[in-house]
Formats: sequence, structure tokens, C-alpha cells
Amino acid sequence: MNIVSIDPRVNRSQIDENTQEGIANPLEHFQTYEVFEQKKRGAHHIHVGSVHAPSAEMAVIFAKEQYSRRGQCVNLWVVKTADVFATEYEDSDIFDTISDKTYREPEAYKVIDRINAFKERQKAN
Amino acid sequence: MEFTDKHVQGLKDLLYKMADDLLIIGHRNSEWTGLGPVLEEDIAFSSMAQDKVGQSLALYEILHQLGESDPDTVAFTRNAPQFHCSQLVELPIGEYDFSLVRHFFFDHADAIRFDMLATTVVEPLQMVAKKFRGEIKYHTMHADIWMKQLGESEEAKMRIQSTINEVFPYALGMFEPSEFESELQEAGIFDGEFALREKWLNKVVPLLESYGYTVPNAETIIPEFGGRKGQHTEHLQPLLDEMTEVFAIDPGADW
Repeated sequence: MNIVSIDPRVNRSQIDENTQEGIANPLEHFQTYEVFEQKKRGAHHIHVGSVHAPSAEMAVIFAKEQYSRRGQCVNLWVVKTADVFATEYEDSDIFDTISDKTYREPEAYKVIDRINAFKERQKAN
Repeated sequence: MEFTDKHVQGLKDLLYKMADDLLIIGHRNSEWTGLGPVLEEDIAFSSMAQDKVGQSLALYEILHQLGESDPDTVAFTRNAPQFHCSQLVELPIGEYDFSLVRHFFFDHADAIRFDMLATTVVEPLQMVAKKFRGEIKYHTMHADIWMKQLGESEEAKMRIQSTINEVFPYALGMFEPSEFESELQEAGIFDGEFALREKWLNKVVPLLESYGYTVPNAETIIPEFGGRKGQHTEHLQPLLDEMTEVFAIDPGADW
């Protein structure tokens, strides 16, 4: 059986799935770095994509042209993709909110009524 | 001070060599578009090549203000003997190590030259020098980081070292003195090629040494001069023929 991939180049290469030949060791390829761009000082750094690079310094050099060539940017962060610790999608139910707990959300409080009542009283005085 | 004819001639000579250097290296480096070693580098190198063509345009525009033909005519209708670029920039792109080493040597010289011109008495040139400061800073950062990175593996370091030795006489050729050196200095236009060469050596030699390379002794090398006076290698004319191919079909076309 050949390896089946969404990448047509892999399919065209007809690589046997049991082969050990030509399999890259971890450092034979550049690693990827995640890129975060800051639009102005004090703003949050926003994730904009990733680059392949042999080092963090080169990742910054590449990221500048990939993502910050146009438009405003004052600062870039790069972080090794491997250093990002992420949740599993199968655990995404941990983010579910339960509908009968709306009292835990600010909108649930009818404070505005009381504020308005207070304002009315102030006016009356 | 009032400029004499010689001052103006010297200024034009300076602008022509700077603009021609930038146009030709920009064109050369753009030959890597689509062929770069990795996608990210392909984009970065191509983008810098475009920057250089843009910088050359700004300088040709100053020349136009001084009475020379418009930038398109100047860029696309001259033949090799009328170009003032150094031989360094016209050499073919070679393999990537060659293009990177040339980029390192050229861009540091370019950065220092623009830095020196940030205080020139020629106002439009001063403005151009300041305008491109950030752009050029990125170009030298890019070159430095590549040189550093390639110094970290023995195989790459050996290749870069032999390329440095090969390119160095051409790099020194950038500083070919013009016949207007003293006029440029006395009028406060530019401190001259010799001053530039000294600043450049003080920058590139310690940098390359810190990355583990050795740099040939500039005092014992014979520079490849001639480019500033229109004497070029056989590589420039074919480049110009290719660059002007579309323009030459209909020079009066309105784009």
C-alpha cells in the first residue's frame, strides 16, 4: 500500500507505507515558528500565521516579509510551534456554557433597571 | 555654497552610479523569484529586489530634476558602456551562496552610503536617504542573519568562505574613486569613496569574523575597477537586453 495524502506530490511519489527510506529525521527539515504581530505599542500581539525557519532569528526575518510587509506593525514575536501546548478538539466540550447558568454572565443582571431608578431619584431631588 | 559645473557633474556621477547599482542588483536578485531555496526566502529576497528597483527610481527622479532624461528613458535606453554600476552587481546570480555574499557586501555599502548622505547638502538626496533607512536596515539584517546562520555548519561555512574570497575583489570595486571626489567633499555633497570604503571595512570585516569567516586583506587585493567608467563584464549587456525587451517593443507606449 502506498501512502495516501491530501498532498498530490506525495501521491505521485508512490511511497510504500512501510518504507523507512527517505523518512526525514526531526532536524533534517526546518521547524515551524508561529508568528504574532503587534499593530501598535501596547496592543495585543495577534497570531498571523507560521513560517519555516532554522532558527528564531531567521524566523523573524522571514516573518517580516511574509506577514508585515504591508500595513502597520511595530513588533513581531515568533514562537516554536512545538512549544505551543494546545487543548484537544475532542475536549472542546469543556468550553460549553450551560444555558441555565446565565446568572454567571453579566447580561443576566438587570442592574440597568436599578441604575435608571437611581438616576430618576437623583433628578427628583 | 554655489555649485559650479564640476559640482553638478560630480553629483550626477554619484547619483548615476548609485541608481545603476540598485537597478542592476534589483534586476539580478529578482531572477531568484520562484527559485529561492525555501518559499519564505523566495518572498523575502524578491521583495528586497523590488525595494532596490524602487530606490533606483527615486534616484533617477533626482537626476531628472537636474536635467537628465526621465527615469524610464534613462533606465531602458542606455547600453552597457553608459552604465555606471560596479561590476559586482552585474555578475550572474550564480548559486545561492554567491547571491547571498554579494547581497551582504553590497547592502552594507549601500546602507553606509545612504547613511553618509543623510547629512548631504543636496536636499532631495537627503530626503531619499532618510526615506529608505528602514528598508535598507532590514536588508542588512537579512544578510547578516544568513551569513551567521551559514557559519554554523562546516559544509556551508566552507562554501561561503570560498565565495567571500571570490567576490571580495569585486566588492572592493564598488569603491572606485570618481574624478570628482574633491569637488563632492568640498561642497558637502558626499564624503567620498575612500571614506565609504573605510567605514564599510570597519563594518563587514568584524561581522564576518564574528561569524567564523576570514576576510582577505583589502590592502593586498587588486579591486575590480572599471564599472564606474563604463567598462563592464560581458554579463551586463545581455542583462540589459532582457530587461529592456518589453520596453523596446514600443518605447512610447503609455502604461
